[in-house]
This record gives sequence, C-alpha cells and structure tokens, in this order.
Amino acid sequence: MSDTITMTYEVPADDFTRAGEASSKVKSKLKKMGVNPDIIRKVSIAMYEGEINMVIHATGGRINVIISAEEIEMVLKDHGPGIEDIELAMQAGYSTAPENIRSLGFGAGMGLPNMKKYSDEFLIESTVGVGTTVTMRVKMDE
Amino acid sequence: MTIDDIKEILGAKMVVGDEWKDREVHTACGADMMSDVLAFMKDRSVLMTGLCNLQVIRTCEMMDIICIVFVRGKLPDDAMIEMAQEKEIAILSTGHRMFSACGLLYEKGLRGGTSYRE
Repeated sequence: MSDTITMTYEVPADDFTRAGEASSKVKSKLKKMGVNPDIIRKVSIAMYEGEINMVIHATGGRINVIISAEEIEMVLKDHGPGIEDIELAMQAGYSTAPENIRSLGFGAGMGLPNMKKYSDEFLIESTVGVGTTVTMRVKMDE
Repeated sequence: MTIDDIKEILGAKMVVGDEWKDREVHTACGADMMSDVLAFMKDRSVLMTGLCNLQVIRTCEMMDIICIVFVRGKLPDDAMIEMAQEKEIAILSTGHRMFSACGLLYEKGLRGGTSYRE
C-alpha cells in the first residue's frame, strides 16, 4: 500500500436521503484494501457526520479523501454560512439545526464532537459568510 | 444471543435477513437520535429505534451494526429494505415500545456497549 489514493466527492445540497453516499463509498474502498475494521469505522463515522452537517447547514460541498500508507485524510469544504463561534459549536449538545432535522434523527449537537472524537487530528476553519473547512486525519497504525 | 433469538424474545417480524438469522449479537443500544448512536463504538450490535428513515440504515452501515429492531410496529420502506439487503443488515419489526423491547432483551442477558475511549 505504498501508493496514495485520492477520491473526491460532491455532496449534494438539501438531499437528506443521499447524505452518507460518499462515506459509504470510502468505507467500501477501505474494506477492499484490507484496512483494520476499527480504523475503517473511525473514518466512516467521522466522515458521515461531516456529510450530514454539509447537507443540514451548508447546502452541500466537496469532500477530498487521501489514503496513504500512514493515514487517511479527509478534507470537507463547504460554502455555507460559516460558524460564528467555533468553540460553542464544538460543545456536545449545542446545535443550530432546525426542528425538522431533529425529527430525522440528527441535530442533537453531537456531529462536530463525534468528528473530533473519532479522528486523530481534527482542524476546523470557518469564516462567516464564506464557508467552513474541516480537516480530519485518522492514523493507520493506531 | 442470535438475531433469531431477538426475533423470538420480541415476538418480532423478520423484514430483512432471514439468511443471517444465526449471526451472533454481542451488544445493544436503543436510540432515536442517530448522532447518539454514532457516539458509541459497538461490536456486532443491535439497534432498537423508533426512527424509521434511510439514515438509520446508513448509520448502522457506518457502525457495523448487524441488526435493527423497529419498535412500535414501524416498517421500513422499499429503499430502506434494499439498502439493508445490500449492506447485510437484518431488520426486525416489533409491536413493543422502546422501553419494553430493551427490557426484554436485557432480561435475557443482552447488555449495552461501552463508549469509545471511555
């Protein structure tokens, strides 16, 4: 597994039923590559929460995944409204998701905390009115 | 405990996965919020939920959950059934409410999983 694999996915806007398709594809790819199931699960959950966030808050976006021998890097970039107070957004239970999203099983304020929990490196940059970029890395050897 | 045992204990209907009914389930959780499900690492788990949409199947796929029990007689639609079949996730539907369904399985020895990095 010395080569680097890059995958790019467009996350469609406002289509809740399709959220998770990109994560599903990455999961299948990692499975085929024979990656440790615990690592696959960490990547899948972190990316899936990110995908859901992009649909709920940001009318979609783009995800870049780079798989190398050392790590899996996910960069989730959207052109949504941005996050005013990142520290507050990172608190478990804090959510700005509308009520209809809660009735769909999300918007519990656990998305960003879960993404941080399951990644070995987590970086979030956001500018109000411009968008948000989340970079997550999961190490292969943990 | 197997998927078939769960079906018997809950008097449930097997909607998807008769061919996987002998698979062993090690832990269980009950939740309607999928982010709560995603907050805990589980091993060969069953999810009990009153939420019935496509993201329930997706969440289970990401978590490697092998069986879903829909409580209060809820039934999945065709798209959910198709995805569950593809991802090899068994689906049961029981008339019990969440509390009773969890209690019945707990009584028979099934336990919750542990939190990731707890």
